[in-house]
Amino acid sequence: MPRFLWRRLLTTILTLLAASLLVFVVLNFLPGSPAQVILGTQATRAAVRELTVKLGLNQPLWMQYLHWIGGLLTLHLGRSYISGQPIAPEIGSALSVTAPLVLLGLLVGVAVAMPTGVVSALRHRRASGTILAAATQLGIAIPNFVLGILLIIVAAVYLRLLPASGFTPWTTSVVGALQSLALPAISLGLVEGAILSRYVRTAVLGVLSADYLRTARAEGMRRHQALLRHGMRNAALPVITVLGLELSGLVIGAVVIEAVFTLPGAGSLLLSSVANRDLIVVQDLVMLVAAVVIVTNLLVDIMYRVVDPRIGLGS
Amino acid sequence: MSAAAKGAVGPSWARLRRLGRRSPSATFGGVVVGLIVLVALLALAWTPYGPLVVSTSKELLPPSPSHLLGTDEYGRDVLSRLMSSADLTLISSAGAVLIAGLVGIPAGLLAASRGGRLGELIMRAADLVYSFPALLAAITLVAAFGASTATATIAIGIASIPAFARVTRGAALTVLESEYVLAARAYGRSPLAILRRHVLPNVLPFVIVQSSLLLSITVLAVAALSYLGLGTPPPTATWGGMLQSAQSYLYQDPLLAVWPGVAIAVSVLGFNALGDGLRDLLDPTLRSGE
Repeated sequence: MPRFLWRRLLTTILTLLAASLLVFVVLNFLPGSPAQVILGTQATRAAVRELTVKLGLNQPLWMQYLHWIGGLLTLHLGRSYISGQPIAPEIGSALSVTAPLVLLGLLVGVAVAMPTGVVSALRHRRASGTILAAATQLGIAIPNFVLGILLIIVAAVYLRLLPASGFTPWTTSVVGALQSLALPAISLGLVEGAILSRYVRTAVLGVLSADYLRTARAEGMRRHQALLRHGMRNAALPVITVLGLELSGLVIGAVVIEAVFTLPGAGSLLLSSVANRDLIVVQDLVMLVAAVVIVTNLLVDIMYRVVDPRIGLGS
Repeated sequence: MSAAAKGAVGPSWARLRRLGRRSPSATFGGVVVGLIVLVALLALAWTPYGPLVVSTSKELLPPSPSHLLGTDEYGRDVLSRLMSSADLTLISSAGAVLIAGLVGIPAGLLAASRGGRLGELIMRAADLVYSFPALLAAITLVAAFGASTATATIAIGIASIPAFARVTRGAALTVLESEYVLAARAYGRSPLAILRRHVLPNVLPFVIVQSSLLLSITVLAVAALSYLGLGTPPPTATWGGMLQSAQSYLYQDPLLAVWPGVAIAVSVLGFNALGDGLRDLLDPTLRSGE
């Protein structure tokens, strides 16, 4: 493997470790013991002590940290302090909602951004291009949860087209599951699509004025031929970077969108765990999201080099 | 010009008009932000009704002359609540940007001027914080310390530090490599004096642009947190909180959810347009489409 990849992989692992340490420290240096929180204020001291030992909370913090990390790496996440349920299957079933939601959101975003971005760049001197650019500006300003509620008002309250909230499990009906993900994915994707569209526009505009495109036109290529042959690969570079940032935006956006549409995903699990002070579940989920962000950054870096041979994978 | 002849007020108006022609985006954003600040200031002194005054006989009223935007499920005046949450939103968002700036700007300057191990370490730390987006950082801190305006503000502030650190470092590096800094060094100026006299004034415009763009993000994050019930707890009026409670009455009174949604979107749009416009004015090479 080229040296760049090794170096980048190493910094990614170090960043992941540092992030896990940060999450652990923030959630574990708290006043009061988790056992006390679980049992409530009326609990006897003996009961609190017993539960503390049972949960392994009497061990030194560094032991608890290693135990947690070891569990994460081997997918042995233990049981929730509050419900007593095993955590891994709970997170797994939540991800069966969140992962498709994020992917569908990404799909909607790209499907919106590519045509609007390219068209508003090609027509930047005409009214249609300006209107498109202004519309994306507006799209950026509407937060996804506001858009979600507006969509509920239009599609569910007035038109009665789609369910306003809730989730039909995949095992019950694939169509039903997709239906319950439709409005959430649109609210999630449209906003990210608007942001992405602006970057596509800027990238295509930059390419349009490039020398090699003029040369290609001088050689007799039509504008769309020249753009497809020479322009797209160059325009793709900045767009890929933003796409990576978008993905983490989508994951965070999903947390809020799941609350809007009461979807039983990872975001809802995170929020209910915060409300119940189920700190071990919070710790696992926060780490999961941070890991997605960090690993996405790594992938974007690699993709960047694959698309642009000038930067190169080698030393 | 006749404007110049009018004395002290004239030239500044002329300058504003010129500015407006050069960047409609900055003008539009400036006007929107100005209006929001005015509403917030007004709400400190006066709102049509008390934002917390409950009236059991006037629940979910439609807009009317006595309640311009209607009333909510407790009979509270919606306009009054919208106005009074403008304060809280602005204070919380600005507080977050202030925290981010107070830590991020010195960190960026230090990373640029010292370079080496320390600079590397600072930027790595910024990368680390960057892997916790504002909302995730806020959810974590709320899990640890409980929901409050302060927790939300501090969390969003911390998550925004890397943005300031990066912009400041980038701008400072360009200045430090310039010839007039070299000249100042040769002249024997101390590094601190160079930072104060040459770097800081040149970095400032970038910081101002970044602040405006960050404000649009923090306004959004503050609203999202209060929508999720992780920000300022009720009954205090917040745009996010109003949206959240209006969601239970979508079938009876959909307008109730529209008002706070519009307030959030308009504020985000205003700060965004202001930041974008200022950036264009600052750096003509970044202007796209010319």
